[in-house]
Amino acid sequence: MGCGRVGAELAALLDYEGQEVTILDIDPDAFGQLPPDFKGNCVVGNGIDQDVLQRVGLAEADAFVAVTPGDNRNVMASQIAKHIFGVPRVVCRIFDPIREELYHSLGLETISPTREVARLLKEALERKPAETPRGEG
Amino acid sequence: MYIMIVGGGEAGYYLAKQLVEDGHEVLVIEKDAAKCQKIADELGDIVLRGDGCEGVTLEAAGTGRADLFIALTGDDEDNLVACQVAKNKFNVRRTVARINNPKNEAIFKKLGIDTTVSSTALILANIEQELPFHPLIPLLTIKGSGLEIVEVKVPPHSAMVGKRIDELLLPQQCLITLVIDEEGTPRVPSSDTSIRAGDEVVAVCRRETEDALRAVLTTPARETE
Repeated sequence: MGCGRVGAELAALLDYEGQEVTILDIDPDAFGQLPPDFKGNCVVGNGIDQDVLQRVGLAEADAFVAVTPGDNRNVMASQIAKHIFGVPRVVCRIFDPIREELYHSLGLETISPTREVARLLKEALERKPAETPRGEG
Repeated sequence: MYIMIVGGGEAGYYLAKQLVEDGHEVLVIEKDAAKCQKIADELGDIVLRGDGCEGVTLEAAGTGRADLFIALTGDDEDNLVACQVAKNKFNVRRTVARINNPKNEAIFKKLGIDTTVSSTALILANIEQELPFHPLIPLLTIKGSGLEIVEVKVPPHSAMVGKRIDELLLPQQCLITLVIDEEGTPRVPSSDTSIRAGDEVVAVCRRETEDALRAVLTTPARETE
């Protein structure tokens, strides 16, 4: 859910791996970010509308990822996926570290890019300049 | 009681006003500076500018001692998160969320929000009482004749589903002129055309027989039949 930079990148990665991918966005123009050979399914719709999620077959999905720009949309959609549709694997992006902490403690699998990127930047600063950066930092 | 309201739009403003008049301690949290100013001008120092979903804002607002937390913004997801943060981070006992999509009522309940208020559902409940189910839609009034062209949708449970047009007990001076099926295909009916569920029936009738025509086409089959 969410075909921005991160959503499109992730969808393309999974698609190249041979996974069956459906990507959802409220803006039909958003799918222009996907590579031209993307074989997945693009659906225009509101990811916090239960009817839309039903229609894209969320009940049969093995995993759901929420990466819209809105923390609250991501939180709501992820909770619907997990608690209403019973999707086995749900990952939710939450920029606000305070909210991320709360929903993590409530049992949601969460990633806060704010916190992660700050940590990576700090680690980069602490490395000696000659040292080659490692993938995982 | 200390009552917190997230969202200082029309609903938030009038609710705050009433609650202040009733003698409660009220705080409105609103993002928009102009709305904050309006509330401050009219109701006094009871408004805090900020995001009602942010832990920092809610901390500053003394959410921990709120007796009641009401989320009234126009976005269901914001209301959900505001209430969940109030409940789980600040242990507010009672939370109320406004919802726009009536289907979110069940979702919010399942996610721990005590009470939801859906203006859409309230309006729907009211008009369903006022209006007949599957209303007859007047398409055209033929001037000076007392005649109208109307459209009636045949509900799936109508007793007339499967009946031929000549079997219908139509009111006087009423003529079925067109039947449009669910796929949108129109048929000019003859007396042996049968009525199907979901058909849109276009008829010419007198204004005073509208109700009778609607009743013929929409009255449900008896369960024993």
